[in-house]
Amino acid sequence: MISRLFDLLARRIDGPLMAALALTLALGVTVVYSASGGLGADRVMGQGRNLALAVFALWLFAQVHPQLLMRLALPAYLAGLALLVAVALFGEIRNGARRWLHLGMATIQPSEIMKIAVPLVLAWWFHRREEGLRLLDFVIAAVILVLPVGLIVRQPDLGTALLIFASGFFVIFLAGLSWKVIGSMTVAGLASLPFLWSMMHDYQRQRILTLLDPMQDPLGAGYHIIQSTIAIGSGGILGKGWLNGTQAQLDFVPERSTDFILAVFGEEFGLVGNVILLVLYLLIIGRGLMIAANASTVFARLTAGAITLTFFTYAFVNMGMVSGILPVVGVPLPMISYGGTALLSILAGMGILMSISTHKQLVSS
Amino acid sequence: MAGFAMRDQQRELVVFRNRLMLAGFAILIAFAMLLGRFAWLQVVQREYYHTLAEANRISVVPVVPNRGLILDRTGKVLAANYSAYTLEITPSKVPNVERAIEELARVIEVSPRDRRRFKKLQEESKNFESLPIRTRLTEEEVARFAVNRFRFPGFEIKARLFRSYPQGEVASHAIGYIGRINDADVKRIDEAGLTTNYKGTDHIGKLGIEGAYEKELHGLTGTEQVEIDAGGRAIRSLARTEPISGNNLMVTLDLDLQKIAEDAFQDYKGALVAIDPKNGEVLALVSRPGFDPNLFVDGIDPQNWDALNNSPDKPLNNRALRGQYPPGSTIKPFMALAALEFRKRSPEFTISDPGYFTLAGVNHRYRDWKKEGHGLVNLHKSIVISCDTYYYGLANDLGIDAIHTFLTRFGFGAPTGIDIDGELPGLAPSQEWKQRRFRQKWYAGDTVSVGIGQGYMLSTPLQLAAATATLANNGVPVHPRLLKAVQDSKTQEMRELEPSVEKDAVAVKPENLALVRAAMVDVTRPGGTASQAYAGATYAVAAKTGTAQVVGMKQNEKYDEKRLKQEHWDHALLIAFAPADDPKIALAILVENGKHGGSTAGPIAREVFDYYLTGRKPVRKDLPKPDQIPDEEHD
Repeated sequence: MISRLFDLLARRIDGPLMAALALTLALGVTVVYSASGGLGADRVMGQGRNLALAVFALWLFAQVHPQLLMRLALPAYLAGLALLVAVALFGEIRNGARRWLHLGMATIQPSEIMKIAVPLVLAWWFHRREEGLRLLDFVIAAVILVLPVGLIVRQPDLGTALLIFASGFFVIFLAGLSWKVIGSMTVAGLASLPFLWSMMHDYQRQRILTLLDPMQDPLGAGYHIIQSTIAIGSGGILGKGWLNGTQAQLDFVPERSTDFILAVFGEEFGLVGNVILLVLYLLIIGRGLMIAANASTVFARLTAGAITLTFFTYAFVNMGMVSGILPVVGVPLPMISYGGTALLSILAGMGILMSISTHKQLVSS
Repeated sequence: MAGFAMRDQQRELVVFRNRLMLAGFAILIAFAMLLGRFAWLQVVQREYYHTLAEANRISVVPVVPNRGLILDRTGKVLAANYSAYTLEITPSKVPNVERAIEELARVIEVSPRDRRRFKKLQEESKNFESLPIRTRLTEEEVARFAVNRFRFPGFEIKARLFRSYPQGEVASHAIGYIGRINDADVKRIDEAGLTTNYKGTDHIGKLGIEGAYEKELHGLTGTEQVEIDAGGRAIRSLARTEPISGNNLMVTLDLDLQKIAEDAFQDYKGALVAIDPKNGEVLALVSRPGFDPNLFVDGIDPQNWDALNNSPDKPLNNRALRGQYPPGSTIKPFMALAALEFRKRSPEFTISDPGYFTLAGVNHRYRDWKKEGHGLVNLHKSIVISCDTYYYGLANDLGIDAIHTFLTRFGFGAPTGIDIDGELPGLAPSQEWKQRRFRQKWYAGDTVSVGIGQGYMLSTPLQLAAATATLANNGVPVHPRLLKAVQDSKTQEMRELEPSVEKDAVAVKPENLALVRAAMVDVTRPGGTASQAYAGATYAVAAKTGTAQVVGMKQNEKYDEKRLKQEHWDHALLIAFAPADDPKIALAILVENGKHGGSTAGPIAREVFDYYLTGRKPVRKDLPKPDQIPDEEHD
């Protein structure tokens, strides 16, 4: 009976990937407790609820056949796009950004849906055009990508827009966009930087300037970076020990349980901890790339590749930001930061990876 | 064609795998960069960052804003700030706190009360918080400590603003007090997203106006960027954003009236609420005994706390909002109105009162307070002489649910919504309520007791005052409130609050109201139950007296006050408004163990009315002691 239940639960679960995920998540809860000051127990309970929901989403997506997922891609994308338009028209403004939409009881942030829908719809598109991709197909793909990204940039939510753009770009890149085009786009992009600069909001410019010289504004924008690098640096090789980080516990590190949780982790667990975290992430990414390489359809390949690369991007952007080599954009550290939404979309993505990995035999036979 | 497609698919797969490999390679490079960055920070630069973390050389310190003042309606100060020196200890920086305090006592005076308070604070706070051991240091004491400061690491003199309540006990239950922020407060602040604004603030409004309008009073915290030495002392200021002071609040209370009302209680416990019936402004809110809010400001010491908390007089209990008493006969005007409105009584309807009432088929006699009865009684007379028998029958004819419906319109059984916390709802019982509360059927006898404001019926003095104000306001509901205006700290502009009185929702017919009000006026004239206290008044007063039983009486048992202990003596009640034809003030008074409304509550109301309407200050006349009040002068 119990073994049958276990079979049911473990069906479609990729063992190695699940093991790496579980270790990382356990690490995450440990750090969240430490990063919450006096509210530790409450926060851990809260994160426990988030986790339960996210793991359920993972399991659910792992059960869904990639074929069905492919059929859902376009409707999900269109729905997401409609919601984004709705946000632009009647969204609620919080902290100066129009990102939220009231739907009866719940408030949703439609850009979160796009984190999954955009790579899926692009993978679906290339899957359809499998026989002989032409340049025009790539142009249409670019339009599919730019529509939601443009809407999100206008909210403004530059961080999310960049991540969604990256996830879509990965699909296009893996589908085989020619190097000539990539090269000329890069040149064009660099050339348009001054124009982009003039389009940016003041606070966005400030973040980039602050990255170049944090001391310029030590009280405001630079404060985050200064305090988080002090926290990480002072952790040394072995760290100050769990719950013993002075920077974190004395409240010097801002947003220490969410976007800047790596500062707490780095301070309390040192270089050793950071290396362990990097290795865990590499294991997850490596497994993801293997699943992508062995997937049996174009859709499955592209989806798995994009999910994996996007996961990498999250981790890299957050770690780069907290350690002071990338500008501050609001990206949480995957599976470690406190918060439910990001956790949900990441584990849902992992569920898709597992579905692709465990369903391939059926398709090829 | 199929072959071509196959070749195409193969080619696609090769491209895909190549690109995937390329991406994997890029990922490795990126992670290597991160690893390099971590190694740079945590190995090569470790010493540098370690020093920074230890000293955290540049520190951003919050600059606490001045708390807004609280003023009465004429601008007299009820809560103010003053600047003084405190000596604070950070326990985590002192190896042996007790020995250090001993040492300190040789330099400046440290009283046993200071030590007890410090100990209590220490138990309630975290180790690295700075806690006051002495407050209000003199200049000389500051100088003496400064000379010896090298002997006291972890001790610090701070110049701080303190809250003071210059009126002491006066209006303490309305103003409330501030106290040190505790864990529950921290949680509340955190949930409201105000953590940043409370950095550096160690006091918060706990009760009354101070608690309810914390948001207005607190202000916006500024910041100062300072360079600090290894010991944590500020060396110099680098930049500063100024704090914005909290707003001053003008409350509806009239301080002089409040004082007169409080003094009028003399040694009695009880409560008084006076309301302007035109707009709901609370002119006086008394709960006796009061307490000195100044005791709470820096953490109350255990002895004072025990004295307040365990006193049988319960000085911390806000009787005006939280005391739920049977309204007794003060409910009769409302019952009379209900009977007129529901056409269960006409003004002419007359009973012959034998001194008791019986329900059909039941032997039990519901007694009138006057054993021999009042003779012929109509509606007018029933109010003037407070005939119980009349209301037993009236309530029985109305039925409990009609009573419930009608009383609810006047605000009984629900909080009035006054703008400070802690109010209790009282109780206007109904069949449904009894079923829910006791899983029992409602009996006709229950209704009979409710008819004279006893039985299950409960109300707070505030509710009674609001209901009386509603009577005075021609049935338009009055919502009591304490905040009159907010003075913006930046522009100094006084912003009056919109009066919250409802314009519609008239609950009763004018002719019925006029009848009841006329009877209430005769209550204060010769022959009425409150006539004594109003001899010679230059204005007309409408009133109703009442008595709330403290001990239930058995059938046929005579209420013998001499045999009962004083705390079992009945509570006296009075509701009143004046001038009767154009009411400017409505009030409700409860005097605990004051026996009869006419003899103790009546004179208190007279003093309040005299001052408010004519400006005449009361000449101190002793209220009768409870054992001097004759038994037969009931109700």
